Amino acid sequence: MKTVILKTASNYLLPLLLLFSFFILLRGHYLPGGGFVGGLIAAIAFVLHAFANGLENTKQLLRIHPGFLMPVGLALALFSGFSPIIFSDLPFMTGIWFPEPLSVVGMVGSALFFDIGVYLVVVGVSLTIIFTITESA
Amino acid sequence: MEFILAILIGIFYAAGLYMMLRRSLVKLIIGLILLGNGANLLIFLLGRITKGLPPIISGESPVFLGAYADPIPQALILTAIVISFGLQSFAIVLVKRAYTVVKTDDLDQMNSTDQFS
Amino acid sequence: MIQHLVLYPILIQVFLAVVLLFCWRRVHLQKVISVVGSFLSLGIAIWLFINTWNQGTLTIQAGNWEAPFGISFVSDTFAATLVLLTAISGLAVSVFSVGTILPARLKFGYLPIFHFLLLGLNGAFLTGDIFNLYVWFEVIIISSFVLITLGGEKAQLEGALKYFTLNIFASMIFLTAVAVLYGLTGSLNMADLSIKVAAIENRGLVEVTAILFLIGFGIKSALFPLYFWLPASYHTPPPAVSAIFGGLLTKVGVYALIRVFTLIFVGDVFLENVILTIAGLTLISGAIGALVQNNIVKIFSYLIICHIGYVILGLGLASELAIAGAIFYLIHDIIVKTNLFMISGLIYRIKGTFSIRDLGGLYAKYPLLSLLMVIPFFSLVGIPPLSGFWPKLALITESFKVDNYWLIAAVLFATFITFYLIAKIWSEVFWKEGKILPKLHNFRYFEKLKLEKKIQIVGPIVFLALVSLYIGFCAENIQQLALRVAKELLNNQHYIQAVLGNQL
Repeated sequence: MKTVILKTASNYLLPLLLLFSFFILLRGHYLPGGGFVGGLIAAIAFVLHAFANGLENTKQLLRIHPGFLMPVGLALALFSGFSPIIFSDLPFMTGIWFPEPLSVVGMVGSALFFDIGVYLVVVGVSLTIIFTITESA
Repeated sequence: MEFILAILIGIFYAAGLYMMLRRSLVKLIIGLILLGNGANLLIFLLGRITKGLPPIISGESPVFLGAYADPIPQALILTAIVISFGLQSFAIVLVKRAYTVVKTDDLDQMNSTDQFS
Repeated sequence: MIQHLVLYPILIQVFLAVVLLFCWRRVHLQKVISVVGSFLSLGIAIWLFINTWNQGTLTIQAGNWEAPFGISFVSDTFAATLVLLTAISGLAVSVFSVGTILPARLKFGYLPIFHFLLLGLNGAFLTGDIFNLYVWFEVIIISSFVLITLGGEKAQLEGALKYFTLNIFASMIFLTAVAVLYGLTGSLNMADLSIKVAAIENRGLVEVTAILFLIGFGIKSALFPLYFWLPASYHTPPPAVSAIFGGLLTKVGVYALIRVFTLIFVGDVFLENVILTIAGLTLISGAIGALVQNNIVKIFSYLIICHIGYVILGLGLASELAIAGAIFYLIHDIIVKTNLFMISGLIYRIKGTFSIRDLGGLYAKYPLLSLLMVIPFFSLVGIPPLSGFWPKLALITESFKVDNYWLIAAVLFATFITFYLIAKIWSEVFWKEGKILPKLHNFRYFEKLKLEKKIQIVGPIVFLALVSLYIGFCAENIQQLALRVAKELLNNQHYIQAVLGNQL
């Protein structure tokens, strides 16, 4: 798909969609959204970029192999699950929170880190799948 | 609303099963997707699509009882959707690989593993 | 730290899988981590088992949510036993994989996926929440799909398609059943469900839900009319994968059946009759299916189906001794079936074929190895005092008590056919004059392997053979364990109390 409109638009859409995906990720604790949806949106942003500019360019933009995001995300989620055990001797995966909300982000707690882990895993998995399918097509 | 959903779920299940029984691999996947959606809608319907009765709020705080719906069906559906997302993308890759290796998408031709050797 | 013990078997596998994913391209490092990690998880499983044995049922509520709302993880004797068996088989298969899986497969993440599979198994055994059980089942089947297709040979993909389709279909039925159950009771915690389902007045609806569970788990555990995916797919992946599939995957389905039908849907005469009929037919049809095969792995695949029948039979009889027999059989079966598939891998290494027409002369060439293979073969048949004997004795005695003679006939028939098949394999593969087979290209025959590889292949077989010998010769310990499990399963008040605590 080598059209000028899509190519130009995708250059602007990529940062916008990534920003939107972060918004959805942060919104997720009390309102619809969260790591899974946010991760999918981020993946869509990269896929759109790959459609317009070719897979090679997107891979150069990403620099790392998307598959690498999977263990990173899993490790982050695992760590956030462990954090109540380490910090306050509560059962696994209990939500613990910083007392004061951060500006923009809002309340920060172990659930947020878990969601970021999910986000990374989803981006990694969907991009790996889609890149593999595109390469072999 | 319940009545329409019930009929819709029935159609989803029937269509999904019908598609799964076809010989083509692609239709098999479509069947699985339809069946999965049917199951998700079923959870949605059976989790009561009205407000009220959230299990984690005790009966002594009636202010919240009416305002919130039961969140569990939604959590279940979300989980099921995530899982079926993974399974379906795997299915598409698998079918594609199978098609290039076996060179047919007819399930009746794929019987070499059942034959005597 | 000790209160999280229930979660450790799950967490160690996640941890291992994540670490292995980080070492994606360093295959040698992966091998070391996987074997060391499997030893660690065996240690944890033993620790959990000892604690469960001494202190009774252990529970933990994930996320500190109170019992019926959050996800409970429960380790009663049954779950702890199965976690221990998973760790034993997992260790054996991990070493065996290191020895036999080709580097091409290892490079595509065989070992991380293998540990994800063990994660799913441990999770499924320890969870106390029916929807969480569904999620663990999905973890198991997604990992098993990857394992079964890794390598991408024609037969593998064909087998994988059948395996894939029917397992997903089973999951959908399971999900539907969970949905209906949630609609009926508004709860997902199995202990809570046990109370709430018993209080439902519309028994017809409960029975329909139970049948949905029976079909869903029945496909996964390869019961009588639902098993056709198993012999079509289990012989296609490498023997190490078949070993973990044959030893543990169908057993998860059986575990779920036993759990659901002793905890949630209890005391329904119609269901018990259905289960008994299915058990008898599974025994007969699995045995007959195995009779006509010439491929040793296919014979073992049909024998898996056949022997699931014994366990289900014990569940259907539902007396304490019968369930104890079923549990005993399950313990014996996991070890022996894992071992049988590893042995088929060893035979393949030696001769380069699975077909009993071409095999032969193994005893003349490797007398000691052949004697080693006798142990699981004879345990499988149940020649006293080896491990298969004791549970069958219990099952037959219990069938006599309810005057169900056709079930006794089915049990004896299946045992007899198993015996015949083992004799056939023994005479064809070990005693028959060996044919001179054409040498395969690029195939590392057993005799040419380095000593290190040979130990990696034979070591796990020796290990599991020793475990089966222990089960056979110290049957009293295992029988005591099985009786305790049966008592806990039949008096489910104990389980409910442990999960819901003092809210009752």
